[in-house]
Amino acid sequence: MDIDIQTAVTMAAYAGSGVCIGIGAIGAAIGEGYTAAKATVGTGRHPQLSGDIFKTMLVGQAISESSSIFTLVVSLVLLFTQHDTHTYLTVAALLGAGMCMGFGALGSGIGAGYPAAEACTGIARQPAMAGRLNTNMIIGSAVCQTPAIFAMVVALMLVFMGARNAPLYPTWAALLGAGWSVGFAAIGSGYGGGLVAGASCEGIARHPKTLTSVTTTMLVGQAVAQTPAIFGLLISFILMFKSFPESTALSAAMAPLSAGLCMGFGGIGPGIGNGSAGEGAVRAVARTPEYSADLMRIMLVGQAVSQSTAIYAMVVSLVLIFVV
Amino acid sequence: MAIEGADLIKAAAYLGAGIAMGFGAIGPGVGEGITAAKACEAIGHNPREAGLITRTMLVGQAVAESTGIYSLVIALLLLFVV
Repeated sequence: MDIDIQTAVTMAAYAGSGVCIGIGAIGAAIGEGYTAAKATVGTGRHPQLSGDIFKTMLVGQAISESSSIFTLVVSLVLLFTQHDTHTYLTVAALLGAGMCMGFGALGSGIGAGYPAAEACTGIARQPAMAGRLNTNMIIGSAVCQTPAIFAMVVALMLVFMGARNAPLYPTWAALLGAGWSVGFAAIGSGYGGGLVAGASCEGIARHPKTLTSVTTTMLVGQAVAQTPAIFGLLISFILMFKSFPESTALSAAMAPLSAGLCMGFGGIGPGIGNGSAGEGAVRAVARTPEYSADLMRIMLVGQAVSQSTAIYAMVVSLVLIFVV
Repeated sequence: MAIEGADLIKAAAYLGAGIAMGFGAIGPGVGEGITAAKACEAIGHNPREAGLITRTMLVGQAVAESTGIYSLVIALLLLFVV
């Protein structure tokens, strides 16, 4: 059976669109469900605070929702953009874009649910802190969204810039790899950032006086948790913009594809690990703020060690792109 | 396009290297993060033993790191030796 190029591009756009919204909807739904569960428990304990808890729940869910709105936007762009192209590069770019945004939204959606849930529990525990908790929750869950935003940037670039005058072999593999790299790496960073933010909302509710040092530790911990996603973004950009010499050999295509896969999956673990380290540090700072400097130091040392495997993955990716 | 045996082997080695390092990095990353979290909590409880706790954390993380280094070694072997 013969498929003409326009049919293949349309197929890729539809398949990418489905993968994008299908996987992208998982994360936000879990995160929002967790928030709603905690809000319900809080309201059950203190029905008189239902108004405050309800408001915080909706604000938190709205932020958590943004990652799946990104996926919806990319899905719609994939469905309704006209691609007048005569190259199979567009097919790879559209499939890569769909996977990139779909997987990229998973972590951020789940992660942003934690601070919102802990803020709801916290308001039930400490109603006087409602304002501060809301502010902290909004900052924390906004930082959780950055990996999803990285994924969206790469997905949209793939859709609109994917078809360029480059040799089909092996550039198709580089474009698909570019989508995988930041898409998968964003899972860990989004989820890890959520762990840190959740612990900080819980800490502020339990120990309101420690607000400043808890928020500071949270921001540092979240920033470090984002780095695997930034590595993923870096590899994605290199794969998108490097010009690969034309070669029909299978190995020339497998190298960039494997580089994207390596950095993508290699970023998941360190992202979650960094977040987990930040979570522990924030919890300890809330309990004993007088040791916050020591705790910040030990958190950074632990995160640096946890980060090392992401750096190994980046090294292997760079070797795959530039050396072999 | 015709795929020759040597090309196929090289392609499989590249793909294998990516999978080895990519998936191999997940475990150590998560495990070392949990170790660091518990170390922070322990120092919060007992700050006077910070030195001892840090040492234990680093030794534990080094052991957890070993599987990540195995992955790196295998990935580099696949890329440069095989």
